[in-house]
Amino acid sequence: MVHQYKNNGYNMVLDVNSGSVHVLDDYSYDILPAVEAALQPEAGLLVRKSGETTSKAIEDADINELTLAVSNYVMSNAKKCAGDKIKEDITTDLDSLKEEEVKELVSEFLELGLAGSLFAEDLYRDYIFDFKNRQTVVKALCLHIAHDCNLACKYCFAEEGEYHGRRALMSLEVGKKALDFLVANSGSRVNLEVDFFGGEPLLNWDVVKELVKYGRSLEEKNNKKFRFTLTTNGVLLNDEIMEFANKEMANVVLSLDGRKEVNDKMRPFRGGQGSYDVIVPKFQKVAESREQNNYYVRGTFTRYNTDFAKDVLHYADLGFKQISMEPVVALPTEDYAIREEDIPEILEQYDILAKELIARKKAGKGVNFFHFMIDLEGGPCVAKRLSGCGSGTEYLAVTPWGDFYPCHQFVGNEKFLLGNVDTGIVNSDVVGEFKQCNVYAKEECKDCFARFYCSGGCAANAYNFQGNILGTYDIGCQMQRKRIECAIMMKAALDE
Amino acid sequence: MKHIKTLTTRNLTESVKKGGCGECQTSCQSACKTSCTVGNQKCEQISK
Repeated sequence: MVHQYKNNGYNMVLDVNSGSVHVLDDYSYDILPAVEAALQPEAGLLVRKSGETTSKAIEDADINELTLAVSNYVMSNAKKCAGDKIKEDITTDLDSLKEEEVKELVSEFLELGLAGSLFAEDLYRDYIFDFKNRQTVVKALCLHIAHDCNLACKYCFAEEGEYHGRRALMSLEVGKKALDFLVANSGSRVNLEVDFFGGEPLLNWDVVKELVKYGRSLEEKNNKKFRFTLTTNGVLLNDEIMEFANKEMANVVLSLDGRKEVNDKMRPFRGGQGSYDVIVPKFQKVAESREQNNYYVRGTFTRYNTDFAKDVLHYADLGFKQISMEPVVALPTEDYAIREEDIPEILEQYDILAKELIARKKAGKGVNFFHFMIDLEGGPCVAKRLSGCGSGTEYLAVTPWGDFYPCHQFVGNEKFLLGNVDTGIVNSDVVGEFKQCNVYAKEECKDCFARFYCSGGCAANAYNFQGNILGTYDIGCQMQRKRIECAIMMKAALDE
Repeated sequence: MKHIKTLTTRNLTESVKKGGCGECQTSCQSACKTSCTVGNQKCEQISK
């Protein structure tokens, strides 16, 4: 599967199954659809033995004959194939192609096909059968250290920290049992992740500190390494907390929604006052004290700030280097929920942001935007890309009273209660459903170019919008595809 | 004349052969919490 798109003046090609990325000139971009069609079995030009890949079939073919046959096909079909696939993006006069030029280009495409970096098949569908039968281990916990909060953010899926339940703080005893469970159920995995989450975890800071100490005491004897994360709204941050976090937390997530007026509308105190002026200086201090690494300033955008590129750039102007800004997840009935009609503006904002971030990077003022991060050379293996976020299998959320849920988004929905720190996992049916959750189990993902980047998307979003964890969330998918396109284009732009 | 520039990428097909150690970060632990962002995770085998 070959995905072609134009962005910021670049003609981009993503060979979905190999993960290869190519930047094409206009001429080759317009001809590629015909070359791709020529190599399909129905064209009958490339002879494949049973189960043979395109790469192997090219290797086995007489390359001169194949080049000639494909070139002839392109001469006759270039306009139709381009019209079907790239439509209004065509810039070449495909009625007056020159045979020698086409042959030269076809030869170049076939070289890439031979190398396995173009026209690669999806070889992973069979792999998924083993994958479904795999033994999973738990390697990450989201500890809801406090179901309480000192802010009253309007979009909070945790309902101001209470998660459709009661206010509660996790006891040290429950927290220790959760860490014991993690160690006992993590098999041979060395790296274990624990996120101190809420509500607002700083409302239960002493327990956080004790749990870090307890986790460290388990490391050597169990051959484990804990990576702790603190997610905070910043209100209670002080020097002592920062010092501890800098020593013990592999990552700190700082919640802020961008410009003051945006933040203060959505992230007020319970009395209605804005939180921006209280938290921004503290967050700047955290970022500097961590040498601008291993943290994120993280915001949520809603339909009240569909011009969110300004908020991302506002973070950068405040001096933050590690930035995340995510679309709100909300039912369509909420006034702030993102609607289908907001999508064109939101997609444009990603384009604006990508261009500006390229310019800043080239000017030596680069920042890292989480949703444009893509590691083409060192990114995850296919097994990871197929298994997705790991919710309900590798990743569990723990409530203050020790109940397990597939992730923080499911907390409070009793259908998804998996067990608790005393019983362990008892609802294996639900765990089984999450184990099945992968890109091939989702009808909408099968032909999507983004499937190995989002891994089928968020199960909670799918459940919220389709009532099924194997569904998809179309608005989220449209944004995700755009982000991936921008991220890949940025690689090309910064590679020049 | 070369019409195509190829960026250096990890070949996913190759990664099937020795991938799946599971030591990489769980995606929601990184920063997101409301989306699924797997493509930007680091491979622990490569980053070692």
